[in-house]
Amino acid sequence: MTVLSDSASRTPPLGVSSLNGKSGSGGGGALVRRLRTSAPVLPFLSYVILVLGVPTVAIINYAFRSNSGHFTWQNIHTILSGGQFRTGFETSLKLALVTAIIPGILGTFIAYAISTSSHAPFKRISAATSGVLAQFGGVNLAFMFIASFGFVGVATKWLNAIGVDPWSHGFDLYKFWGVAFVYMYFQIPLMVLIITPAFAGLHPAWREAAENLGASRWRYWRHVGIPVLTPAILGSMFLLFGSGFSAYATAEALTTGTISITPIQIGSILQGNVIAGENNIAYALAFAMIVILLITVVGYVLLRRRTSRWLR
Amino acid sequence: MASLELGTLVADPSTIDQPFRADVPVTRRRRQIRWGRGVILVLAAAYFIVPFYAAMAFSLQKPTGGFSLTPLSQIASAPGFISALWLSTQMAVITMAGVMLLMVPTVIYVHLRMPRFRRVMEVITILPIIIPPIAYATGVLESAPAWLRSSQYLLAIVYVILAMPYVYRSLDSGLGALDLKTLVEASRSLGSGWISTIWRVLVPNLRSALMSASVLTIALVFGEFTIANVDNWTTLPVWIYNAPTTDNPRITTLVAMVALLATCVVLTLIVTLDRSQSRNSRRS
Repeated sequence: MTVLSDSASRTPPLGVSSLNGKSGSGGGGALVRRLRTSAPVLPFLSYVILVLGVPTVAIINYAFRSNSGHFTWQNIHTILSGGQFRTGFETSLKLALVTAIIPGILGTFIAYAISTSSHAPFKRISAATSGVLAQFGGVNLAFMFIASFGFVGVATKWLNAIGVDPWSHGFDLYKFWGVAFVYMYFQIPLMVLIITPAFAGLHPAWREAAENLGASRWRYWRHVGIPVLTPAILGSMFLLFGSGFSAYATAEALTTGTISITPIQIGSILQGNVIAGENNIAYALAFAMIVILLITVVGYVLLRRRTSRWLR
Repeated sequence: MASLELGTLVADPSTIDQPFRADVPVTRRRRQIRWGRGVILVLAAAYFIVPFYAAMAFSLQKPTGGFSLTPLSQIASAPGFISALWLSTQMAVITMAGVMLLMVPTVIYVHLRMPRFRRVMEVITILPIIIPPIAYATGVLESAPAWLRSSQYLLAIVYVILAMPYVYRSLDSGLGALDLKTLVEASRSLGSGWISTIWRVLVPNLRSALMSASVLTIALVFGEFTIANVDNWTTLPVWIYNAPTTDNPRITTLVAMVALLATCVVLTLIVTLDRSQSRNSRRS
C-alpha cells in the first residue's frame, strides 16, 4: 500500500512511452496482431463478464419485467409512486447524506489536526489507525455498538453513572440517528484517509504570499485555503455518500432489519419475507441503487478532475 | 471488515506522512493551532476508543465484577462456531487462489504489453465497489444456474470479484515500483520461460504487494456478510448475526470483538511491513 504514492509518479513514463511502439499502429495484419496481444487478458475478461456482467444485466433486465415476463415500467413506478419502498429510498438517501456531511466535516478537521502535527510517529500511527478503522463495519461493528451503547450497554451505564441518560433523551441506537452514529465510526476515518493528501497539496508558498500581502489567517483560509480544498472535500463526501448509501450489513445487524432503508428491503425480499410476486421490485430497487451510485461516482470523478488542477 | 459494504478504496496511509508546511512557525499561531488540535484529537480519540473498550469490557466482565479471560475458551464450544469458521476458512482459501491465479498473470501482462489496457482494468476493477453488494447479490442469485446456487462455491466465485479491486490496486502499485521491463528481459534472455519468470523473478519482487493483497482478501472474506446472508450460508459473520443471544450474549460479542481485533492487528502489520519494505528498497 505504501508504494502507491511513490509509484504513481514513476509509472507513466516507464509503462507508456517504452511500450507504445509494440501495441499500437498497424497495417493489414494489425487486427490479428492485436487480437494475439490481447489474448492473455481473455480469462480475466471472461470471468468479469460472466460473474459481474451477467448479474448486472440480469438486474437491469428484471427491473423492467412484469411477473409474466413482459416489459413494464410498473416496478419503477411502484417504487417512485409512494408507499414503503419510496419511503425506504428516501430514508436511505437521507442516511447517506447525513453520514456523508457530518463525518465529512469532522473528518476534514481531524485530518487537518493530524497533518499540522510536526510529530512524525504520531502522524504515522494515525494514518495506520484510520486505514484500519475505515475497514471496520458490518456485523462486528454493530455488535460492538450494541454492547457499548445499547440499552444496557457498558458505555450507556457509564453515562448513566455520571448522570446522563441518552436513551431517555430520545437517543435510540436502533433508529435512524443511532445507525448514523454507528456509520460515523467507519465514515470519519475514511474521510481522514482520502482528504489528507489534499492538505499536503496546499503549497506553503501560497500562505507566504498571502501573508506578505498582509492577509490575516482568516483571509488566507477564506480566499485561498477553502476555495482550493472545496472540490477535494466535496469529492470525498461523494465517496462517503456512496459508502453510506450501499451499506447493508451494519444496519441489518444493528436493527435486525427493522430500519426501512432500501438495502434492507431488498434483503428481506430476497429472503422471502414478503408477499409473493414482489420479486421484481427487488431488482427495480437494486437498479435504482446502482443509478444513484453511478451518479455519485460521476460526481466524484468530475470533482476530482477539478481538484487536480490545484492540488498536485 | 467492512471494506465490502463500505465500498472503500484502499487508500494510502503513507500520504499522511508528507510534511505539511503551510504553517510558518509563528509562536502565537502555533499555540492556537495546538489548542484546537488537542481538543479535536482528544474528542476523536474518545469516539473511537470508548465503544471499543466498552464492548471489550462487556464481553470479558465477570458477573461478580472484574475481568476474566475464560469467555475466550468458551468460544470454540459455542454451537455452530466451528463449522462457521471452517466454511469461512474454505471460502478464504479458494477465493485467494482464484483471485491470484486470475489477477497476477493478467496484471503483469498488461503492465508489460498492453499499457493502455490499464485504464480499462482500472474501470473494471472499480465496478465491484460501485455496485452495492446487496444489489449485486440479487443479480447473482437470479442469474446463477440452480446447481451453482445450491453450492457454497458460488460464494467463493463471487468473492473473487469482490476482492479484485484490492488485489488490482496492490499489484498495480507494486508493479509500478519495479523496473518490470528490465527484470523480464533479463530473466528471458537468461533462458527462463514465462511461468518461471513470473514465479521466480516477479513474485519474489512483488512480495509485499502480494502480501497486502492476500491479507485484504482474507479479511474481506471473513467479514463479508451481505451475500452470504441472502444466500443463506452460515459463514462467520452470519453466525455472529444469527447466534441465539439468549444463550450467552457475551460470546457473540466476544467473537465480534476478536474478529475486529484480528483485522486490526493484521492490517496494522501490513501497513508497517509495507513501510519497512519500501524504505529498504529506497535505500538500496
